[in-house]
Amino acid sequence: MSLARATGLILAKELRIELRSRALLSTTFVFVLLVLVLFSFTFDPTATEARRFGPGLLWLALLFAGSLMLQPTFVREQANDTLSALRMAPIEPFAVLLGKLAANAVYLFLVELILLPIFAGLYNLSILPVLGRLLLVMFLGTVGLATTGTVFSAVTAQARLRELLLPVLLLPILAPVLIGSSEATVGLFSDQPYLDTTWVVFLTAFDVVFLTAAWLFGEYLFEE
Amino acid sequence: MTPVHPQPSAGFSVQFEKIEKRFGMRLALRGVTLEIGPGEFVALVGANGSGKTTLLRIAALLMRPSGGKIKISGEGADILPAIRARCGMVSHATLLYDELTAQENLRFFARLYDLKQVEEVCAAALERAGLANRARDLVRTFSRGMRQRLSLARAMMTEPRLLLLDEPATGLDPEGQAWLGREAARLHKEGCTILMSTHGRNEVQSAVTRAVRLEAGLVAADSRDGTEMREILARSGPEA
Amino acid sequence: MAAKSKSNLASSVFWSLLTFACLALACYAALFVAPEEKTMGVIQRIFYFHVPSFWTAFLAIFTTTYGSVAYIATKKMKWDWIAVSAAELAAAFLTIGLVTGPIWAKPVWGVWWAWDARTTSTFVLWAMYVSYLLLRTLVDEPERRALLSAVVAIFSCIDVPLVYFSIWMYRTQHPQPVIGDGGYLDPRMGKVLLECWGALVALFLLLLRERYRLEKMRSEVDGLRMEVERRGL
Repeated sequence: MSLARATGLILAKELRIELRSRALLSTTFVFVLLVLVLFSFTFDPTATEARRFGPGLLWLALLFAGSLMLQPTFVREQANDTLSALRMAPIEPFAVLLGKLAANAVYLFLVELILLPIFAGLYNLSILPVLGRLLLVMFLGTVGLATTGTVFSAVTAQARLRELLLPVLLLPILAPVLIGSSEATVGLFSDQPYLDTTWVVFLTAFDVVFLTAAWLFGEYLFEE
Repeated sequence: MTPVHPQPSAGFSVQFEKIEKRFGMRLALRGVTLEIGPGEFVALVGANGSGKTTLLRIAALLMRPSGGKIKISGEGADILPAIRARCGMVSHATLLYDELTAQENLRFFARLYDLKQVEEVCAAALERAGLANRARDLVRTFSRGMRQRLSLARAMMTEPRLLLLDEPATGLDPEGQAWLGREAARLHKEGCTILMSTHGRNEVQSAVTRAVRLEAGLVAADSRDGTEMREILARSGPEA
Repeated sequence: MAAKSKSNLASSVFWSLLTFACLALACYAALFVAPEEKTMGVIQRIFYFHVPSFWTAFLAIFTTTYGSVAYIATKKMKWDWIAVSAAELAAAFLTIGLVTGPIWAKPVWGVWWAWDARTTSTFVLWAMYVSYLLLRTLVDEPERRALLSAVVAIFSCIDVPLVYFSIWMYRTQHPQPVIGDGGYLDPRMGKVLLECWGALVALFLLLLRERYRLEKMRSEVDGLRMEVERRGL
């Protein structure tokens, strides 16, 4: 069976489970919203300040939310040992990682899509003129977050104190994504909106590098 | 019902050669050498901690031994995906998704195993497990016995040539155990090799052809070497 | 067994003495041989250890990554012992660098922390390797621990250039008054710098060796315990 088909099957299964309860999605959404609102209490945003700091805060909130939301990815498979069932199936081991990674990227992107208008309203930013380019930046940043987050959640699922360990492991690794995504987003909200191609290329490189690393080393995470 | 695979073939044979498995400081298996021929129905008995589950997980290719070699061979067992496709396992854990319905679970695994005529196969499996009327219910709502039955149906759906059962009778009432015994016997008759770890005498052991006892990570007795199978099975309780 | 441990002890003592001699010479050179810096005065001499500690940290990071890849390839525990020993040293040398920085910065430039590209990147690196060590304390089974930390170490190493580039690029777009050594380096200073680096590398190798031996001994004790268990003594 091809990698694409196996990944598709696992992605479909993940989405079916999550969209049924929507627990993860709704909790993540509320968390990011809370963080954004709380941040607004810590400084008094004027228009220029909001445009300067807002995107960074959004991405920071997403990173925090992500490192909490990504935790159950593999812990969920421990309850009934379904991970063993997946490992026994005649599919490429990377399909499991890729399927879950894709699912996490979809969840995060969905949360971001719902959040964007609210974020724009809170910080008084106009997103419509730059919508396409903004979605591109969000997509690239989200893929980076989902890739490293899924791999590390497979690591922490096998460790103690996993709820605390995942953010501690993940956030330093994601520093480049935070910087790249925030800077690209700030560019889009400036007086003369522009898409900073350096950061777009950088974020793409981050994604490619870590997807490759996940492909090369990911299967070792499941060995017993 | 049309069979999933073109021709039923002989069961796989499994060769354990001086298998060792270490978990940190603990040595769960200390050099197990065991040869299981095609079509045998082997009962693996032993006390808790004797290494039964570990040996089964190594046979399922889920666990890599720390020492020694395992070889699974037979018709169609030339490459790893081919072996995986015809190997099934039932364990203490249900290996099922609680948040999916019985039907969705079976469909998912049927597709993952690339079975043809997915709907037919799943319907037949549910029918055999007596769960056809609960097909659209979430597995979360099932009793322990129902989950075990679904778990076995899932494993048998792919018409395995090697079936690994880890204390499958746990949580089953006598009726469930009888059903399990019948299903295992049916598969055995069709030529499947079955390795089953068991705990105490129960209905499931009726079709067993060979018994092996593990003690502290080593083979202590094998009915193939002349020890009475009955005797080995009799001493298979938890305190053995 | 007794003869081996005696010769081990002898070689340990020898290499320790040699390393400390190198360090002593390096300190002497940094304090007395190197010419006094024009504007910064005596405090500038910390630079001779501040900069090489970063270079040594990179050497340690390289060693950890090498050990991690080797472990995944061979599954031999000795590579895991090398990886963890080097990771601890990476964290240690990064800490030295991060602490000597403010000590130098405060009297000279008036601020404890400059948020410049290099120090910020180093801080992120420090966080990565400290979290690697934290992970290790939270996984009990040795083989599992070795495999998981190997993957984390490899991911951390891959991230290093990405971290440096992104922070450097950010600083380029948001320039700050430059703090830290300027471009020109007096050749005598350069010579002392290299001597100090040599001493730190010697220290790194000594500590790596000792830490590796400690890890190896731990594993031997576990093996002996297992043997006792096996024989039912």
